[in-house]
Amino acid sequence: MTLLQRTLAIVLVALMGVAFAQFPERTIDYVISFNAGGESDITARLQQPHLEEILGVNVTITNRAGGGGAVAWSESQRSMRPDGYSVIGVNLPHIATQPMERTDTGYETENFEFITWFQFTPNALLVRDDSPFQTLDELIAYAKENPGSVTIGGSGSNTANHIATLQLEQLAGIDLTYVPFTGTGPTVPALLGGHVSALMSYSPMAVLQSDQVRTLAIASAERLSFLPDAPTFVEQGIEIVSGAHRGVAAPPGTPAEIVEALTEAFEEATRRIAEEQEEMGFAIIYVSGDEALELVREVTEEYAAILETLQ
Amino acid sequence: MDVLAAALQQLFTPYHLMLVLVGTTVGLFVGAMPGLSATMALAVLLPFTFTMDALPGLIALGSVYMGAIYGGSFAAILINAPGTPSSVATTFEGYPMAKAGRAEEAITAATIASVVGGLFGVFALLLLAPPLAAFSLRFGPPEYFWVAVLGLTLIGGLSSGSLLKGLMGGALGVLISIIGVSPIGGESRFTYGFPALQGGVELIVALIGLFVIPELLVMAGTGVGALAKSKLGTARGLLLSTTKKVLSMPGNLLRSVIVGEIVSVIPGAGGNIAGLIAYNEAKRWSKHPEEYGKGSLEGLVASESSNNVTVAGSMVPLLTLGIPGAPPDALILGAMLMHGLRPGAELFTTQGALTYGFILSMGVSAIVMLPIGLFGGRLIYQAVVRVPPSFLVPTVASMAILGSFALRNSMTDVMIMLALGLLGFALKEVGFHPAPIALGLILGPIAETGFVQSRLMGSSYAIPYLKLVESPLSQALIALCVLAIVWPLVSDWRRRRAAKVGRSA
Repeated sequence: MTLLQRTLAIVLVALMGVAFAQFPERTIDYVISFNAGGESDITARLQQPHLEEILGVNVTITNRAGGGGAVAWSESQRSMRPDGYSVIGVNLPHIATQPMERTDTGYETENFEFITWFQFTPNALLVRDDSPFQTLDELIAYAKENPGSVTIGGSGSNTANHIATLQLEQLAGIDLTYVPFTGTGPTVPALLGGHVSALMSYSPMAVLQSDQVRTLAIASAERLSFLPDAPTFVEQGIEIVSGAHRGVAAPPGTPAEIVEALTEAFEEATRRIAEEQEEMGFAIIYVSGDEALELVREVTEEYAAILETLQ
Repeated sequence: MDVLAAALQQLFTPYHLMLVLVGTTVGLFVGAMPGLSATMALAVLLPFTFTMDALPGLIALGSVYMGAIYGGSFAAILINAPGTPSSVATTFEGYPMAKAGRAEEAITAATIASVVGGLFGVFALLLLAPPLAAFSLRFGPPEYFWVAVLGLTLIGGLSSGSLLKGLMGGALGVLISIIGVSPIGGESRFTYGFPALQGGVELIVALIGLFVIPELLVMAGTGVGALAKSKLGTARGLLLSTTKKVLSMPGNLLRSVIVGEIVSVIPGAGGNIAGLIAYNEAKRWSKHPEEYGKGSLEGLVASESSNNVTVAGSMVPLLTLGIPGAPPDALILGAMLMHGLRPGAELFTTQGALTYGFILSMGVSAIVMLPIGLFGGRLIYQAVVRVPPSFLVPTVASMAILGSFALRNSMTDVMIMLALGLLGFALKEVGFHPAPIALGLILGPIAETGFVQSRLMGSSYAIPYLKLVESPLSQALIALCVLAIVWPLVSDWRRRRAAKVGRSA
């Protein structure tokens, strides 16, 4: 063999090695675009040991907070390597609404390789346990007589909480006053201190604060197993099924077989922590493959329609 | 009482005590690194606590938290860097003391003040948690707005020299805080098309830039270390004499810890605001206000005692209501949920032994700060004094860069830190102190959020802004704001009149 042939042979073998190497063979970086201690972060840290066991490599969690998640999401689409060793937590409706409302978001809603959506937290309408409103109907009746005087606290503007409040206004024909807070945390003292009449929050808050709040309605299709006494909006005649989804995605261009391997691993990790998660008020889902992108499209259309009526 | 005895019994095992000792020590060193905050230390620790039992997990987190808030004072005193945002006010007196060769005295005083503050917080949590939690709930958006305004009146006290420059600095701080996605409304501001700027300017990044970089540039320019006047070798009886000095100001200590307790039980206001208010009050009531800014022990003690109250203080809304009082508490809530503990009355009854064990462990942590702090503090101090400026400057500079990066794993933050460092240096040359800028940065977002929320809450009113002045608590806070602005003017006028009368007589 000539030197050239030998070089070619070595290159060929090396290339085959790359092609046949089992994914994964080194540390996977799991980026969370929110601060440590938040719900996205805690979920990731619950998944972490199981992912490591399933995939057989280390999984590190990197918190890259900023811009309501947008800083890390825009970077994931612009500079993250599409090799499966970098994955990023994604949240709906955030990735759908941010590009609609800002000009410099720096990412596109559908420009991710969605691995799986593993968690759903439906909106929940909560009042303090000594509130005069015993049911959703009573709140609606009062709001009809006193337009604008019922204040609803929620997490942020153009979020799932905000949109659900708008939907409630439209469907019930009432006028509410939505007051956005900087996250779900600060909404709780506002409700308990009587600074707002009710909260449009998420299901985990209904579980966490169950001895101080009453859940008037929950925006899931059916009652939740971990909140059996909380009636849904639907069964009270208000067609709202909405909330926030959590999932994980790879940067655009990640090979399909690697995304598949990650999907399997994340679904298995989700299965293992499902019980703990439900106790904390998170509904577990397994929405992967084509369905994952489908979910993103559905949510995007739904929110675009509602936001349009606002203009 | 039974439950306290059970809690003590659980706590006093070698394993748990060792956790307190190790946790406090680790926290101290993390806090001493500029940029590595208490929140970050807890975030790194959190996954480890999942595998532990509930009590040891919480003990570890609580001890690291306590140690880190105290550790921040070392960087503040020795290199003018607020190690954690809570020690901003510590730099005002601690660093001038260190420059004057009194670094060891400052560290010792900070240690004793922190122990006093930490213990007070634990006692208040043990005895007064329910009423304090009820009080904290009276603060809604309008009240938050007035608290922030009240905080901004501190600029008068903090701008030594020119009030105008102080106000301009404060306004600059507020402007910097506006960069990024707005807290209410969600639109991005002043990002000039850079997606990375949506994240805004993180407080600790700005603090490192404004406080540390100008100091490093001066050190590099003059070739003289900040601690050039310090001598190694402990002055005899320094511990005893400093302890005496600190304990001989009971009024100052009491005022500062009460300020710390009130501020910390209000969710969203943390150790940084407590330290600043306590510092300002100490100055207002002081018999020697002229010493402030030049190394006043009183001011240092006020800042350090109040910020360590906030560790246990912020647990009041957390344990009773499930509301994290400060960012590190969100991580402790996470650990509690992971172990199936739900905040609320149950925590103090069925889970009493565990909860009280956790609270008491923070008290033990406060006590062990004394030996660890005196020993560890001396080590850090000696290292900083021994190292010549040509090594110290690059070392601190790389710590500043590392700290800015580590916060959000972001190179953008490093750039922002360096840019603000240069700005801070230029401003300092023309007589602007970084303190009012920091105040604007801390309070701007609180004021903005409260104002916009109040305006929205009053949507159904004829005049929506009336929401801001509706509650008695808002009115009381407004009165305090007026007093804070008018009082210095009145006392100034009186002094001048007295001087005039004195002359004409």
